[in-house]
Amino acid sequence: MSESAARLSVFKTYKLFVGGKFPRSESGRVYEVTDSKGNWLANAPLSSRKDARDAVVAARKAVGGWSGATAYNRGQILYRVAEMLEGRKEQFVREVAEAEGLSKAKAAAVVDAAIDRWVWYAGWTDKIGQITGATNPVAGPFFNVSATEPTGVVAVLAPQESSFLGLVSVLAPVIATGNTAVVVASEKAPLPALSLGEVLATSDVPGGVVNILSGRTAEITPSLAAHQDVNAIDLAGADAALAKELEIAAADNLKRVLRPQPVDWAATPGTDRMTAFLETRTVWHPTGSLGAGGSSY
Amino acid sequence: MADMASPKAFAYAPAPESRAVVDIAPSYGLFIDGEFTEATGGKVFKTISPSTEEVLSEVAQGSAEDVDRAVKAARKAFVKWSALPGAERAKYLFRIARIIQERSRELAVLETLDNGKPIKETRDADLPLVAAHFFYYAGWADKLDHAGYGANPRPLGVAGQVIPWNFPLLMLAWKIAPALATGNTVVLKPAETTPLSALFFADICRQAGLPKGVVNIVTGDGSTGAALVAHEDVNKVAFTGSTAVGKAIARTVAGTDKKLTLELGGKGANIVFDDAPIDQAVEGIVQGIFFNQGQVCCAGSRLLVQESIQDELMDALKRRLSTLRLGDPLDKNTDIGAINSAEQLARITELADSGEAEGAERWAPACELPSSGFWFAPTLFTGVTQAHRIAREEIFGPVLSVLTFRTPGEAVAKANNSQYGLSAGIWTEKGSRMLAVASKLRAGVVWANTFNKFDPTSPFGGFKESGFGREGGRHGLEAYLDV
Repeated sequence: MSESAARLSVFKTYKLFVGGKFPRSESGRVYEVTDSKGNWLANAPLSSRKDARDAVVAARKAVGGWSGATAYNRGQILYRVAEMLEGRKEQFVREVAEAEGLSKAKAAAVVDAAIDRWVWYAGWTDKIGQITGATNPVAGPFFNVSATEPTGVVAVLAPQESSFLGLVSVLAPVIATGNTAVVVASEKAPLPALSLGEVLATSDVPGGVVNILSGRTAEITPSLAAHQDVNAIDLAGADAALAKELEIAAADNLKRVLRPQPVDWAATPGTDRMTAFLETRTVWHPTGSLGAGGSSY
Repeated sequence: MADMASPKAFAYAPAPESRAVVDIAPSYGLFIDGEFTEATGGKVFKTISPSTEEVLSEVAQGSAEDVDRAVKAARKAFVKWSALPGAERAKYLFRIARIIQERSRELAVLETLDNGKPIKETRDADLPLVAAHFFYYAGWADKLDHAGYGANPRPLGVAGQVIPWNFPLLMLAWKIAPALATGNTVVLKPAETTPLSALFFADICRQAGLPKGVVNIVTGDGSTGAALVAHEDVNKVAFTGSTAVGKAIARTVAGTDKKLTLELGGKGANIVFDDAPIDQAVEGIVQGIFFNQGQVCCAGSRLLVQESIQDELMDALKRRLSTLRLGDPLDKNTDIGAINSAEQLARITELADSGEAEGAERWAPACELPSSGFWFAPTLFTGVTQAHRIAREEIFGPVLSVLTFRTPGEAVAKANNSQYGLSAGIWTEKGSRMLAVASKLRAGVVWANTFNKFDPTSPFGGFKESGFGREGGRHGLEAYLDV
């Protein structure tokens, strides 16, 4: 390399994240992603309905292992995601700044908040059950206990505007409780989401627990909303018309639906994004009796 | 290594864990306000390895003045620490949890050296639980509004914490993790015979960048602990140890505003019904009384066996005891390590002798004890009555007292016939019987078809004279909050 010639950088090929692997769209299509000023950033995969179905298959396969892992183990893995992100902060600050037209300082604050959000949900994995479950004092000789468990595969429409903090804020609660996720990234700003896949792949998150698709929200999501093997859908990234259409489709197998609502992604979340995708099981068991003599002890 | 197995059994080759992983300094000061400092007056004492009586290090004997310095440092640090957003406190605790995980082999070897318990236990039980405890409470630090104590529950202030020698680092974790998560600062006094892991923990606080004065470690004997508990600027006292000392502490804090939690002695009943899976029950009985040489407050030290299966169970139990391996705690095959101190060995010996003198029948497998260090063979007594001292007093050693019963009601009556109420075990295949018996047991932890299971999410603590307050779980937060 001569001294005068500037080094030519290597572009990254952005790919989907499905089943722990990084495939291109099976359709072979891409679309142009630009920054807030319209400058070309990259070509992102334009996922098809088939990509969405493949992602559901991968997510379903991962449910047993992920929901069966101890909550402590899931917590450590979510914390590991935060550790990995901290080390790649610079990259995400750049991607978020470009995607959302933020200053470097503002983008850094967004990325810091996203890292801390992983830590927040890492701490919830082994606590959510302690505030959602109960032993119930039924009027009879029964031990009666209610406990929550993940619903299964959750389709997640990531927020359109908050391409990274918003994405993390909807994804982390879904997997913290043991669900697996098929995420449709922000349509116009998918790059931070696709890069997050690379972080998840190196954070001990088992393949298939998180699957990330980029493309046209309106094209991919109807097949997810209608999919008979998807248990729930978070409509955060849908506009009012699409949300209604998807909620109607979701009714076919009575998916749990979280409707879009105005959210301040920077604020500390509550527990609603976790409880939305939990099922409660109540178990009855006779307590028996020690006989007449037992009552005096 | 004394092999108690039959001569026909394959001999075990020695499998010692390397000591090279841990570097013990010849002496340690007190950890106050982020610095190691000598005790006022410069008094020191030696800490030894109970399996060899080798001197491991010299440790400072903290005086009342040292305690005062530590409390002042904690008070000063409390202002900023309690004002820190919970999410930031959480990240300090997560750091500590991760560093403990990273250094867990070093700490396991250290703990085995200083305490005498088998490396198998420090490696597979103590250390994983220590890290998990910090990890668990780290997650609560920014979620206290969700813990069921109302919005924005407040910390108490400076916590004075005194811990025992049986699980030195684990008891430290049980004390420090919830205290820090809730925004308190601490002065902790480790046990006189096992100070080292707490001093290594001080180094972990340094690595984690924990602000000065948030954690202070003051080593010393009972007088140091008494000075800490009595200090007028301590807002919270947490003690794990004997019931006698617990009562003395309760008297000391009487009339003050200090919040008190006590985790004291036990005489746990392990109840085996005639339908129990015998092999699993035998493993549970062994785990219940010989884990950590029986030096466990929640040990299943009274075996209550249904009369009809007594002979079968005793035969199986004796067979199993004959295969336990007693010896070098650093050997990975060792089941039974050393007793923690000469004083504790004397107490166990005296109580076991009283069992014989009062008419119970003593049995121990053939077992050669090492010539140096403090050792006691796994021992069981049959023909024990409820009046015997070995059925009433906490032995805190590898000694099992066997009693019998005929009906569930009788089992419950005998189990509850104790000043203590910490733990109990129930072995039966019938769920309704298990639940009926559990609901009648006056014990803070009841294990069914298992024993001596611990988890940071699960509250632990006693009824009656086993103390009050709970450690672990959501319940464990209450001890450190103004609620």
